[in-house]
Amino acid sequence: MRVGLFITCLSDVFYPEVGTSMVRVLRRLGAEIDFPEGQTCCGQPAFNSGYQQEAKRAARQMIQTFEGFEAVVTPSGSCAAMVRHYYPALFSGEAEWERRAEQFASRCFEFSEFMVKNWGDRHLPVKMDGTATYHHSCHMYRMLDLSDPPIRLLSQVEGLTLKELPYHQDCCGFGGTFAVKMADISTAMADEKVDHVCSTGADYLIGSDMSCLMHLGGRIRRKGHPVEVLHVAQVLDRGWMS
Amino acid sequence: MSLGASTLPFTKRVEQAMEDDFLRQAVRRTQDKLRGGKERAASDMGDWEAWRKRAEAIRQHTIQHLDTYLDQFTTQVEEAGGVVHFADTSQDVIDVVTDIIRAKKARSVVKSKSMVSEEVDLNRVLEDAGVEVVESDLGEYIVQLAKEAPSHIIIPAIHKNRDQVAELFSKEAGEKLPPETHILTRFARERMRQKFLEADIGITGCNFGVAESGALVLVSNEGNARLTTTLPRTHIAVMGMERLAPRWTDLDILLTMLTRSATGQAITSYVTAITGPRRQEDGDGPEELHVVIVDNGRSSMLGTDYQSVLNCIRCGACINVCPVYRQIGGHAYGGVYPGPIGAVLTPLLEGLDGWQELPYASSLCGACTEACPVRIPLHDHLLDLRRDEVAQKETSWAERLAFKGFGLVAERPGLFEAGARSGGWLARQVAEDGYLQTGWGPLKPWTDTRDFPAPARQSFRQWWREEGGKADE
Ligand code: SF4
Repeated sequence: MRVGLFITCLSDVFYPEVGTSMVRVLRRLGAEIDFPEGQTCCGQPAFNSGYQQEAKRAARQMIQTFEGFEAVVTPSGSCAAMVRHYYPALFSGEAEWERRAEQFASRCFEFSEFMVKNWGDRHLPVKMDGTATYHHSCHMYRMLDLSDPPIRLLSQVEGLTLKELPYHQDCCGFGGTFAVKMADISTAMADEKVDHVCSTGADYLIGSDMSCLMHLGGRIRRKGHPVEVLHVAQVLDRGWMS
Repeated sequence: MSLGASTLPFTKRVEQAMEDDFLRQAVRRTQDKLRGGKERAASDMGDWEAWRKRAEAIRQHTIQHLDTYLDQFTTQVEEAGGVVHFADTSQDVIDVVTDIIRAKKARSVVKSKSMVSEEVDLNRVLEDAGVEVVESDLGEYIVQLAKEAPSHIIIPAIHKNRDQVAELFSKEAGEKLPPETHILTRFARERMRQKFLEADIGITGCNFGVAESGALVLVSNEGNARLTTTLPRTHIAVMGMERLAPRWTDLDILLTMLTRSATGQAITSYVTAITGPRRQEDGDGPEELHVVIVDNGRSSMLGTDYQSVLNCIRCGACINVCPVYRQIGGHAYGGVYPGPIGAVLTPLLEGLDGWQELPYASSLCGACTEACPVRIPLHDHLLDLRRDEVAQKETSWAERLAFKGFGLVAERPGLFEAGARSGGWLARQVAEDGYLQTGWGPLKPWTDTRDFPAPARQSFRQWWREEGGKADE
């Protein structure tokens, strides 16, 4: 199977290690992967701010870039949700593009989802010591209904104690431009989340969206808490025993 | 404009709320209680999703055939001896009500909670006309004494503590009352009893009108709706034009969803159904019943992307799960309806002008959509409103320019990479330890409270070119 890597603009620029981790994990499992360089951004910042025309321009670019791959995998629940949930709607009324958007939507998967879908019954040889808690990002949890796959992967990790995050269904306050437009509210939301994270005594806060983690991690760092922020792919990569 | 409960700009209202520690604690506590209750109630129902779908189907059907059901409802109310008035605008509502009051030479009115009358600011108008108005719902009474607007559609005084209530009541009583719940509620009850007996007119809202029989259905926990509709000689019910249920069997399901979603109760303490004024054989009830059916911007949603907003049964479940409401409370929203439903409804009823910020007062987490018992896609409507704002050029030129640039770059990977590289280089010059602690321009609001990572020295795409792509060769 030829898998297209959809790395997301945020990971590409700020968190390349999430992408490289994903590459290594998928390769260890035998996937043949490629990173088509035509990709830029899924268009979410524009779309969520009301700029549909600009979002469409990004979407067309992405659709073209990933045509021809049997599957596309991304380390972001919210970018996957954008493709699956909003791409087809964005082009409604433009038959040709709508069809292509639907095609893409049906082949685009979030990382944990893709892992469980393809290698769900395989035991992963991963070890990592410490206590962790998992942050369910809203779009992955609600729009894609993907709460189990990351937990399933993480609970396999030897040595890792997974604590449930209190109020796990509550938004962390990132929300794209919301984090900047409504910075006070956004920060107050982060503070509640960070309090809950700390209450679990976790060494690691793990998630599937670097955007939420950038926001939470930035707040954690500012407040000086000793919690490390990691993507699921990073955990699997770091702890992989060869 | 009638919905504007506050004249302060949105950012100021938010600031005020964020500084009010008591408010924020009270909101959190109430939210936790209500949504916990709702979750339990929903799980008692078995397949909650199936119930939601049924409720949604009923609402959708009703709204699609609204003209038919309004017609049927009107006929039934009139057959039962009631008088139906249609009010297109808030002014029409005021005119209808003041005409009745004048005709009855009424001096005093008791009211039972009605969001629509908040919508048209009825209390103020009546008081200006020299009529004494008393809210009979305890929470409404409290906000009325404080000369404020409700901050939640189900629990209007969520933001007031016992001491504040004691102070308000003491002023009213003319003597010092201690901040003890039983004393305060006794005071309110005694005061209201007297008002009920004196009132010439009772004004209520209406949770649902049943089209097949012309009945008005009111739910309450204090029994005040019942007193308001029984004791005064004239009863005026003010209802939104969308609040109909075709049949009693539909009402059954809608009530089931309403009470559970609102407070987690299987049923409220009082469910009052009124069909027509007092008949000869009746022991009590008003001599006259007027039903005012209010449009006030609602019909403009029919046939548009926003039609499903008319499905709303005003349960407040979306408010109770909203993380933004949790931080800022209801008054910050400025309109009569707070929380996600308010952020959607207020700009739809009033126009985006003056309400530009509301559609952005959401992180788009979707908790509201998930909670809504009639499956209104609230967060998608917020997106639709943002789209409309851009189309109507209500956003700033700087933002428009930025997104124009975004569109340009999104189509050109080379440009995207070059931009990221130069931005990264710049950021790394000022970053300490790989993080920015102070930023400028649009980055400033972020870095005021959160560290911001400087872009990595080697982006993923560079890594892929240099090392990553090789393994597959
Ligand atoms: S939008 Fe839905 S959840 Fe919110 S008040 Fe209306 S019916 Fe209730």
